[in-house]
Formats: sequence, C-alpha cells, structure tokens
Amino acid sequence: MQRTRTSRLAFFTAHPGGRPPVRLCRVYQQKTIDSYMELSFNLIAQQLVTGLALGSIYVLVGVGLSLVFGLLTIVNFAHGAFFMVGAYVGVFVFAKTGNFWICMVAVPLITGAIGMLVERVLVRPLYGRGIDYPLLLTFGLAYVMMDLTRMAFGVQGEPFEAPEALQGAVDIGIGMFPLYRLFLIAVTSVILFALWLFLEKTRFGLIVRAGARDPLVLRVLGINVSTVWLAIFGVGTGIAGLAGLLAAPMRGVSPEMGVPILIEAFVITVVGGMGSLGGAIAAGLLVGVVVSFTTLFRPELAEFSMFALMAITLIFKPNGLLGRKGLMG
Amino acid sequence: MKTKNTFQSPVLAFLGKQPALAVMALLAVFPLIFPFHSLAINILLFGLFAAGYNLTFGYTGKLSFGHAAFFGGGAYGCGILISQYAIAWPLALGFGVVLAGLIALLMGLLAMRTRGIYFAMVTLALAQCVYFLFFQANSLTGGDNGLRGVNVNTVNLGPLKLDLLNPLVKYYFMLVFVAIAIWLINRILNSAFGSILEALRENEHRARACGINVEGTRLLSLVISGMVCGLAGALNAINLSTVSIDSLSYHTSGQVMMMTLLGGMGTFFGPFLGAGIFLGIEHVVTGITERWQLIVGVIFIILVLFFPKGIWGTALARYKK
Amino acid sequence: MNSSVNNKTRRNALKTLAGGSSLVLGALAFPRLVQAQAEAIRIGFPVPLTGAFAAEAQAVVRGAELAIKEFNDAGGLNGVKAELLVRDDKLNPQEAATRTIELIDKDKANFIVGSVSSAVQLSVNNVTKQRKVIYNSISQSDTINEAKDWSRYTFHECLNPHMTAGAVARYAIPKMGKKVVFLTADYAYGHEMARGFQTAGKALGMEVLADIRHPLGTTDFSSYFPRILALNPDVLIVCNFGRDQQISFKQANDFGIKKQMKIIAPLLMHNGRMVDGHKAYEGIIGGTGYYWGIEASTPSSKRFNDSFKSLHKGLYPTDYAALGYAGVHNVLAAVKAAGTTDTEKVVTALRAVKGDLYKGNVYFRACDHQAVQSVLIVESKDRAVAANDQDIFSVVATENFDESKLRSCSELGHPA
Repeated sequence: MQRTRTSRLAFFTAHPGGRPPVRLCRVYQQKTIDSYMELSFNLIAQQLVTGLALGSIYVLVGVGLSLVFGLLTIVNFAHGAFFMVGAYVGVFVFAKTGNFWICMVAVPLITGAIGMLVERVLVRPLYGRGIDYPLLLTFGLAYVMMDLTRMAFGVQGEPFEAPEALQGAVDIGIGMFPLYRLFLIAVTSVILFALWLFLEKTRFGLIVRAGARDPLVLRVLGINVSTVWLAIFGVGTGIAGLAGLLAAPMRGVSPEMGVPILIEAFVITVVGGMGSLGGAIAAGLLVGVVVSFTTLFRPELAEFSMFALMAITLIFKPNGLLGRKGLMG
Repeated sequence: MKTKNTFQSPVLAFLGKQPALAVMALLAVFPLIFPFHSLAINILLFGLFAAGYNLTFGYTGKLSFGHAAFFGGGAYGCGILISQYAIAWPLALGFGVVLAGLIALLMGLLAMRTRGIYFAMVTLALAQCVYFLFFQANSLTGGDNGLRGVNVNTVNLGPLKLDLLNPLVKYYFMLVFVAIAIWLINRILNSAFGSILEALRENEHRARACGINVEGTRLLSLVISGMVCGLAGALNAINLSTVSIDSLSYHTSGQVMMMTLLGGMGTFFGPFLGAGIFLGIEHVVTGITERWQLIVGVIFIILVLFFPKGIWGTALARYKK
Repeated sequence: MNSSVNNKTRRNALKTLAGGSSLVLGALAFPRLVQAQAEAIRIGFPVPLTGAFAAEAQAVVRGAELAIKEFNDAGGLNGVKAELLVRDDKLNPQEAATRTIELIDKDKANFIVGSVSSAVQLSVNNVTKQRKVIYNSISQSDTINEAKDWSRYTFHECLNPHMTAGAVARYAIPKMGKKVVFLTADYAYGHEMARGFQTAGKALGMEVLADIRHPLGTTDFSSYFPRILALNPDVLIVCNFGRDQQISFKQANDFGIKKQMKIIAPLLMHNGRMVDGHKAYEGIIGGTGYYWGIEASTPSSKRFNDSFKSLHKGLYPTDYAALGYAGVHNVLAAVKAAGTTDTEKVVTALRAVKGDLYKGNVYFRACDHQAVQSVLIVESKDRAVAANDQDIFSVVATENFDESKLRSCSELGHPA
C-alpha cells in the first residue's frame, strides 16, 4: 500500500497528535516511511548484490594492502595513491589502444612496476629501522604521487567509460542491475582465485607463505628475501592499480580518488586481520554488505559504521577476523 | 683541578641547562625578527600542538594517528563556550583543555592494550568516530559549516587593554600560555615520571619487571599530551575566531606528525622548529606554485630516508660527536 | 665543578643558540613574496586552488583577472590601479582564515572577494567581520545572509541554493510530475538546496516521497538506487555539488534510472559536464548562474564573452568564471562610484551598485546584501548539435530576478 508523504513541514502539522506509527524502523530524522519499507525480497536481494559489488572493490584494495603488510610488515600509506595511479594508467593506455581488455593486463603490470621501483629505491633503505618509518615515508609519497598526477593530467579529472560490451543493465531476476557491476564481481572472483592458486600451488607462493611465517627460514634456505619482498610489493600495488582501473568506469578518474580508498583499505585490513588474505576477502565483502544495508536505513551512519567496526575489532579482537598474532611489532 | 674554559658565559650555561627557558626566550624574540606575524602565531600554536604530540610519539615512542581529536576537541570546547554561551575566555580555555584531556583519557582506555601499528590504527579509527560525533552535533558545532563567532577581540587585564586584532599583541598573549605549557612539560620530563617514560620507551618488558605500571603511565602520558594539544587547539580557536571540522580530520593528525618528525622527535626544540619549517615551507611554496604537496612530500621523504631524527635531532647528534 | 660539565652546559646552550639562530637566519632569508605595490587597490582573493574544487577555482581566478584588467584599462581610480592578491585556501576554513588575516594585516588588502566552499566563506566572513573589511562572497550557500553571520560588510554576489532550487522547481514540476524523491548530500549546502526546492514545490503541489541523504564525498551511490527505483517517483532531484554530482549522474545512468524517471538538479556543475560528456548528463535539467550561450540574445553576454575570450585565449567563461568576474567587478565599481577605498563609503556605494554585467540586471538587496539576479535553466547539449567543444548546454528557460523569490528578510533574522 502506498502511503502518501508530504514535505517535512506538512508532516508535523498533519499529525498533531504525534507521529503516525512507522512500520519498520522508528528512526530519528528518517523522513521516509512508505512503499519501499515494504521491504520486498527484491529490494533486499538487490541491496545484497549491490553490497557484493561494492565489496569487490573493497576486497581488491584490502588484499593488496594486507599482502604487503602481512609479508613485509609495511603499512603502505600510498596504497590509495597507487589505486589512483592505476586508474590514470588505464586512461593513458586506453587512449593509446582503445581496448579495455588490454588495459586490464597493462595496468597491474605498469602499476606493479612503479611499485617495485618505489620499493627498491625508497622503502628498502628503511628495512630494520622500525615499523613506523615505511608508514611515514609512504605518507609523504602519497602527496608526491597525487601532485605528479595533477601535473601530468590536470586537476579536473578524466572521463572513463566501461567498454560497450559491459554497458547497460540486465535483469537478474530481482530487478535490473548494471552489467558492469556483475562483471566486477566476476572479475574479482577470478583475480582472487588466481591469487589463491599462486600462493597455494606454485613454488613462489610457497616461498611467500614461508616468508610470512618466518623470514629467517628463507635466508637459511638460501632464498633471496629481498627479491621476494620486491615481488610482493609489486603484486600488492599492482592489484591496487587494477582496482583503480576497475573502479574508474563507476566513479570517474580524479587525482583525489585514492584518498577515501586508503581509509577503506585500512578498515578492511584491520577487520580481516593484517596479513590474512582470507580475512581481507571476508572483511571486504562484510563491509560492503554492511555499508549497503546501512545506507538503506540510515545513510548518514554508513561511513561511521565502517570506523565503528574497525574500532570494535581493534579493541576486542585486535588480530581481526582471521589474522595471526605476532605481526605487530 | 678545574680547567679554564676558553668560552664561559653564565647566561649560556644557564640556558643550556634550561632548554625550556631557551625555547621560551627564542619564541619571545621570534616575531621581532620574523616579518610575518600571523604566520608566527601559527608556528607558535602548531609548535605547541607538535610539542604535545611529541610527548606521545617522541618520548613514549607510540605512533598515534588520532591527535587531531585532542586538538579539535580543545578548539571546539573553547569555541562553543565562547560563541554559543558567551562565557569568558579564561574559563573557555580551561574547559577546552579539560575536554581534550577527557577525550584522551577515553581514547587511551580503549586503546590501552594495543601495540605498535595497531595503536596507530585504533587512534585513527577512534579519532574518526570523534570527527563523526562533532559533525553530527551540528546545532552545537555548526557541523560542516564550522563554528563561527569565537570572537575575543580585546582582553581586559585590569588597567591593561589588549587588542587581539593586532597580530603582535595576539602573539605575546598566546605566548604566555605556550610558555606555561612548555614549562610544565619540562617539569614533567625532568621529574620521576619523565624517567619512567624514558624507561618505558627503552624497554617495556624490563620496565614492567621493575614494577612500573605500564598501562597507567601510558594513559597518563596520553592524557597530558592530549591536554597540551587541547590547549593549542583552544588558543587556535581564539586566534582564527572560527573552528573548522577539518581540525578533527586525520589530515591534521598527519600534519602534526610530519612537523614533529621534521623537527626531531624526543627533543625539546624539535617540535617548534618542525612547525616553523613545515609552515614556513608551505607558506613560501604556496606563494610560488600550487604544487606545494609535491614539495612537502619530497622533503618529508628525504627526511625519513636521511634524517630520521629530524633536523634538530640530527643536528644534536652531529654536535654530540 | 669539573670541565666536562661545563662543556656539556656550554654545548647545550650553544646548540639551542645554533638552532635559534638558524631559525632567525631562515626567517631573514625568507624570500620576499610578491608584495603588493604601495599605492594600489588591493583585492584579496582566497580560493581553493588545490583540492576538489580546483577546476572551479581556476575559472573564478580567470574571471577576476578580467575584471581587474578592465578596471585598470579604464584608468583605474584616478590612475590608481587595482591588484588581485590570489591565495590558496586549500578548501580548508582554518587555512582560509589564516590567509585572510594575512591578507588584511600583512598585505594590506582593502577588500576580500572569494571562496567556493560554504564552510570557507563563513570562516573568511568571520575574520573580515571582526576587522570591518568588505567581503563579497562567491560561494553559494546562503547561511552567510542569515543575521547570525551577516554584517554590513558582508555581500553575497553568488546566487544561492534557494534561488536556483526554486527556479528549477518552478520550471520542472509543472512539466515533469509532482511525485519526487530527493537525493541530497548530507551537509548544510545540500540541505539548503533541498529546503529551497521543497518551499517552491509545496506551492506547486509537489509530493515528497523521500529525502534520501548521502554522506558528503560518497563515491558509490549504488546502494541508493534500488530504493529510488522502488519508490518510482516522477522526478529524482539530485542536491549535491562537484564530484558528488558528477559521480551520482554517472552511476544513475548505469542503473538505468533515467528510463523510469526524470532527473533534475538545483545546480548543474559545468566542470562535471565538460569532463564526463553528454551521455551521463543527457536529459538532466538544472539551474546555473551563467552560460555563455545566451550571447545570441543578450548583448552584455556577448561583450563579456568576447573580452574573456581575448584575455584567456579563446576560452569561454563558465558559471564560476562569471562569478569571479562579477564579484571583483562590483567591488571595483563601488570604489569608483565612491571615489575612495574608505570602507564605509564603499559599503554605501556597493549597496547602490546595479548593472547588467552579462545576464541582465543585478542589484544587492538592502537587508542582507544578496545579489538579486536571474537563474538560467539549462539542459545538456549533445556534441553533435553543439557549436564547439565548449558548447555544453542549451538554455531552456530563464527565471528573471525577483526579490520575492528569495527567503524573506525576516526569515533570515534581519529587522524588516
């Protein structure tokens, strides 16, 4: 049943005896009550799928950050900047090739290469100095990367469209949903699967996992730890860049686009457990769905809910959902 | 046998033993040689903010990303009393400091058990929650529009009438409070409590084994740090006659962190020097180019790589050799 | 007392002295920033050159530069030229307050014009109010007109959300339908747009199905669209600014919102449309302060456009460029009329300023110094039918200036 709603002024004058009963949630400041609150299965399901698509980006950025922290014990404060750089690299490559699929291959490679350069030149000298220094350095690096991007591309931002094949919306049974976001969920799953294969099934992955447990073991075995770390930093930043490319058709490209991402990535990494890939995935999807549903009922709380979740996790379960002890320092 | 020194000045000797006084003396003459008075006030107040941060980062060794909550809390506490309730500025200042201390207490209690990088993360998250709270309480704080009307144009001290719209007068007025705060910090660091802090920073397990209440000490140092930062914020509210919600954001936390690192953590003069250099560079660079973030970022990277002790800290270390 | 202790204290003292003198030397070595010339009319211009509104700030500076040039080319004030002191407020109210204090105290600015962000304009206004300096704000929000913030030195050149939202409402509701849903950025400016729209819409029988608030800086609006689609209004009213608007239009397009309802915006941002192109903006109607395309029917616009293009290498003025121009131009016109830079006299002259700069007559309302001006209703134009790359809108209607369309003086807290 559709209940008609008039503006806020009329609302308070029309019901002198008090507010009419709100069907589902009595929430302060909420101005809407009617038809959508017949929380149809469709709406809930749509919100869920939205949350998964939202979570996909969260997962990708969280995984990159978590990898770097878990294995290198570095908090990369420039992670959001690499996200942004990935999007701009995508703009550049797309302008040259006109092919989104080539971008999907080129962007993580190029961004990862930049990341490896950063690791070799800037981060490596800091190993052994304590956990704060890489954090501080990458903090400054983020500023530098943003301004360099502004100098190269200007301050106004760039347009970016999804490829023709992925545009438009499809009917997924519960309503129309943008095809691109479904693609995003699919691509993220593929990437995660590939990452899992890499870590679990390849020799290099084995080395990486061993190094995460105990870097000393690697040295004893004669493996060059610094090469491993270089590669991991490259992988972590490469994934961040790819996430930037994938987000670009939805959000546009601007030099500041990485700033909110950084905070979101921290929340994911902390909630999931620093260094835990499974944790980052679980946390990313969880946060995506939580934000999606909070938006449905109390949108102003959406951002707060992320931080509250982060604070609660840190206070009560400091290692996160699936994290391991002893990574802190 | 007493060796005669070639250079012996009682004044210098005295200043050397009292770094706090030396800093105060320098700050007292600073605006007389520095032509940009409004910038001088900023350096003074952010120097105090950094000095407070230094207590946590430099002297206790814990990286915090949430000190903006204390700075902003102090600013809003003082500002709201003055602009919304027309309360006299001394009371408002005091309230700002106390409020900041309370926020620090709360944050410390929640973050007590976290270590290392997790402490940074918790303080970040909690500070964001504080940001959110102040943002939502917009009838009191003005929300995203900020708090206006923190107008303290003149200060009446008996026969003396200070015109705070004159930047030089405002500077010296604020210097009084900054000097008091510096003196207090100095006393604390030189007291038994200061020694305990140092012990904690050097080796926490050993300190605990000696029977030191680690959590309590950490909490107390955070509260003191918070109160100093709160004082800086409250003074800043009076300085700019407005308080912005940005004073609670993690960018502000990042700024004070950069200043402290720039100047030299764990030193007395470092924070003020760091504030001076950071704000000075920003001032100069923004006059020349819009790409100030690039320059500040590069300088910061160079510092972290080559001068981790900060400028003053490195200078001290070199001089000691 | 043995020598090593003496040495240590001496070292400490020297260290502090060395540190101090380095600070002193550094201070003295400070490069003299571009200081204002001795005899000139100085206009302080704090704008967000860095940050999310950098593009708008650049436009505003271009407009201001034109106003200064025209004033100087016409001889200035008995030969005394005007000077623009541009400062970066970094979109931060505290930074803006510091810059403004410096502009007034150190650079001896006579007048302040500027700001894009609403929080920043209020902060600047507080500083100028304290020091009795004229401030002509080019930021939208009309909180500055309210008695609490306002002072007789405060002028508001920019059109405010109440005006733009009202104009769009009066145009769109009769045409598009009465059932509406708001998607509002959850901050003061967003609320002002929504409120302005609701006030005008009420008179037209508008029915608000929902007022959905989104946090400022939202990058993903996907969570809002299922609900909006389920509500099935005639019109979706998007009350936000800058990047938020750009992203919400893009994503609304992705979700096929336009297939089911119309989208309108109280304020349509030029920069967003320039960057993203026609596709996301197709069919969206919105309000704006100026669009160069009216030059065909408005001679003053043609004059303005031509001057602007000749100074800025063929670039047409956008809405914010026109604002920068008007803000500075009017202050200088008042200076000329008053014959002096004395603040009180210029205030009196500025209150009387009236003229057709580029879109018809504009004047300042007496009680709150709000510039009463027309609002243009525009719609995105496809590149295929556009005259050139900068022809991004077509003007579908103009709401002429009318004091009765503003919030009343008493509503703002001013004595009638």
